[in-house]
Amino acid sequence: MLSAILTAVAETKAAPNPLLPESYDIIWSAVCFAIILFVFWRKFLPSVKKTLDARSEAIEGGIKKAEIAQAEAAAALSQYKDQLAEGRAEAAKIRDQARADGTRILAELKEQAAIEAARITSNAQATIEAERQGALISLRAEVGSLAIDLASGVIGQSLSDDKRASTLVDQFLAELETDDKAKAGL
Amino acid sequence: MKMIPGRGQSIIESILGFVQSNIVEGNLGKKEGARFLPVITAIFITVLGMNVTGIVPGINLTGTSVIGLPLVLALVAYVTFIYAGVKKSGGGFFKSALFPSGVPAALYVIVTPIEFLSTFILRPVTLALRLLMNMIAGHMLLVLCFSATQFFFFSAGGFFALFGVGTLAFGFIFTIFEILVAVLQAYVFAFLTAAYIQLALAEDH
Repeated sequence: MLSAILTAVAETKAAPNPLLPESYDIIWSAVCFAIILFVFWRKFLPSVKKTLDARSEAIEGGIKKAEIAQAEAAAALSQYKDQLAEGRAEAAKIRDQARADGTRILAELKEQAAIEAARITSNAQATIEAERQGALISLRAEVGSLAIDLASGVIGQSLSDDKRASTLVDQFLAELETDDKAKAGL
Repeated sequence: MKMIPGRGQSIIESILGFVQSNIVEGNLGKKEGARFLPVITAIFITVLGMNVTGIVPGINLTGTSVIGLPLVLALVAYVTFIYAGVKKSGGGFFKSALFPSGVPAALYVIVTPIEFLSTFILRPVTLALRLLMNMIAGHMLLVLCFSATQFFFFSAGGFFALFGVGTLAFGFIFTIFEILVAVLQAYVFAFLTAAYIQLALAEDH
């Protein structure tokens, strides 16, 4: 066995290259390296990859979430501003409407009042006219009979004949009326 | 660099975030940490990158298992913490480092040489040697296991092939162990650099 070691040593001493490791060193370290690499590649790397991907996803998700929240806030703000402007416009519209309504109602009321006043005035005038007519008629009859009574008393002549009496009265009144019209004409 | 990180960016971010929060800001705080973050991050990444080459077939040697790189990195750490101290309190840095307050004047005869040795000589030397020796030991173990495997399989043969299986298994275990050591040594180097800077920045220690 000793001689085997010595020959092995003698063999390796043959031509040493200072940069290149011994061939057995390379071979057996390559075996170990390959085993470690395989285990790392098959067992360890997938979980590491998963963790790293989860990490980037979490960061990406966080950033995206923040962006979404910001966009939502901006949208809410603009919506609020829109609503505010809309409300203001509506209020102004309502105010204008109310003002217009007020003036319209006022005008209507005025018109109605004027109409009512006119109606009442005309009613009163009609009543007065009717009463005047009635009074005129009754006066005419009464004045006629009174005048006849008086005349018959005066002339001592009874005008008992109704027909003649009424023609006389009518004649008298017609004269009176024409007299009145002539006066009005003046 | 994108705002929403992909896989690669997430890995880079988590490595840089680990250095920033665990090593730098844990030792120096946020304000001072920001000043020394670049140099400590550079040390950490360099040591880590150079350490893991030890298990890559065809390289099989860590960049830090020869004295050059650990020496340079230790020198960087040394210059950095002295710079931090001098910048902060000028000559007072050396005074408080060599003549710690609260010690009777007579004891300075003993304390000052010890402090000088530990602060200005042993710190960089231990930084460099710790890294170098860890990596050399790891490399030796791997070479031993792999050469034994080769010998048992092909030179000794027969019954000894069983030993070869065992040594290969050990080689495999030490390969995994080397990954751990690579990360650990990078962490230790960066952490100690941050700690030395913190000690230099402290008013009185």
